[in-house]
Amino acid sequence: MENLLNIFVKSIFIDNMIFAYFLGMCSYLAVSKTVKTSTGLGIAVIFVLGITVPVNYLIENYLLKAGALQWISPGLADVDLSFLSFIMFIAVIASMVQLVEMIIEKFSPALYSSLGIFLPLIAVNCAILGGSLFMQERNYQSIAEATSFGLGSGVGWFLAIVGIAAIREKIRYSQIPAPLRGLGITFIITGLMGIAFMSFMGIKL
Amino acid sequence: MSEKEPLFSSKNLKLLTDPVGTNNPITVLVLGICSALAVTVKLEPSIVMALSVTIVLAASNVAISLLRSLIPPRIRIIVQLVVIATMVIIVDQVLKAYAYDVSKQLSVFVGLIITNCIIMGRLEAFALGNKPWPSFLDGIGNGAGYGIILIIVAFFRELLGSGTLFGYPVLEKIGLYNTGYKDNGMMILPPMALITLGIIIWVQRARNKDLIES
Repeated sequence: MENLLNIFVKSIFIDNMIFAYFLGMCSYLAVSKTVKTSTGLGIAVIFVLGITVPVNYLIENYLLKAGALQWISPGLADVDLSFLSFIMFIAVIASMVQLVEMIIEKFSPALYSSLGIFLPLIAVNCAILGGSLFMQERNYQSIAEATSFGLGSGVGWFLAIVGIAAIREKIRYSQIPAPLRGLGITFIITGLMGIAFMSFMGIKL
Repeated sequence: MSEKEPLFSSKNLKLLTDPVGTNNPITVLVLGICSALAVTVKLEPSIVMALSVTIVLAASNVAISLLRSLIPPRIRIIVQLVVIATMVIIVDQVLKAYAYDVSKQLSVFVGLIITNCIIMGRLEAFALGNKPWPSFLDGIGNGAGYGIILIIVAFFRELLGSGTLFGYPVLEKIGLYNTGYKDNGMMILPPMALITLGIIIWVQRARNKDLIES
């Protein structure tokens, strides 16, 4: 239990998707103009990461890894399909996003209309695929660990995008040199936020 | 078009040069930043990354452009993802076979080329409506525009952060350390990539006033 909590906190603050790995930057820059829309996108990302990482964990461990097919028959013990992982992961993500979209539309029309166009956009968000690839690289021991990593990364991404959206709303009235306006200053502020987040780095969990 | 165009007509040449400067995918269109920054600590992985992206982009642009009249519009995103993922798997396997160290340094970022917005964006905006040869040039041009930014960022980060270029100790050779100069360890850390890129955008927009956002 303690271990799960550690992974969760670590993936929010220390291995933050945006500040440490720059994943999901495209939608982070494009959608962070107001706090309201970025909250919607952030929640959608938490949701999708929390689902796709464990699903891809199962696929990785029971289908793709070297020797993973052993549970079907012992003859398949030396089959290694790991070169297929990119295409499998992205297929899972694209179909999961579609599925999640349909489920939300059916059961919670209010949430659906507030997430709106963001759900399909998430299929090509690097943070989602990045979550699955990091899960593969870091060799989590159980599905519970993978889930807590997925949720934690989502929460970290959510915090980052809501934070930058709030700052961008405030700086709209500031005197910024004209060539730096818009994209330039957003990059520099993100860099400064990243430096702030680095202060979590020394924490031993 | 029944008339045959020369291979490098001025229109085609523009496809190649535009994305490097005024229509740069990273600094102007804000695409593909996800993977652009994490690999720029050293020059070598950045160049490998830039080459991989260019190859994937050009190859999938040509593939989609050849298939463009066959793809049903409703499922085009899935088709594009499959084409891109296939190209990326090929690049990843080649890197693992011939440049294992660099492939380890790039870690998950090779796989993340799949979700690189430059590639999806170019396929949607260009390859779906153009012939294979212009699409190929467009792919190479955008890959070069992406690569140039990567290389500029990596140049400054490696020079100021570790005092080397391609692992060669430049600053030590010219004797800068004897004068009391020290490497700035900050440049190696992730946030400085963002700030360096912010400054590149600042310089570019100060020189080209048309790009300034209102």
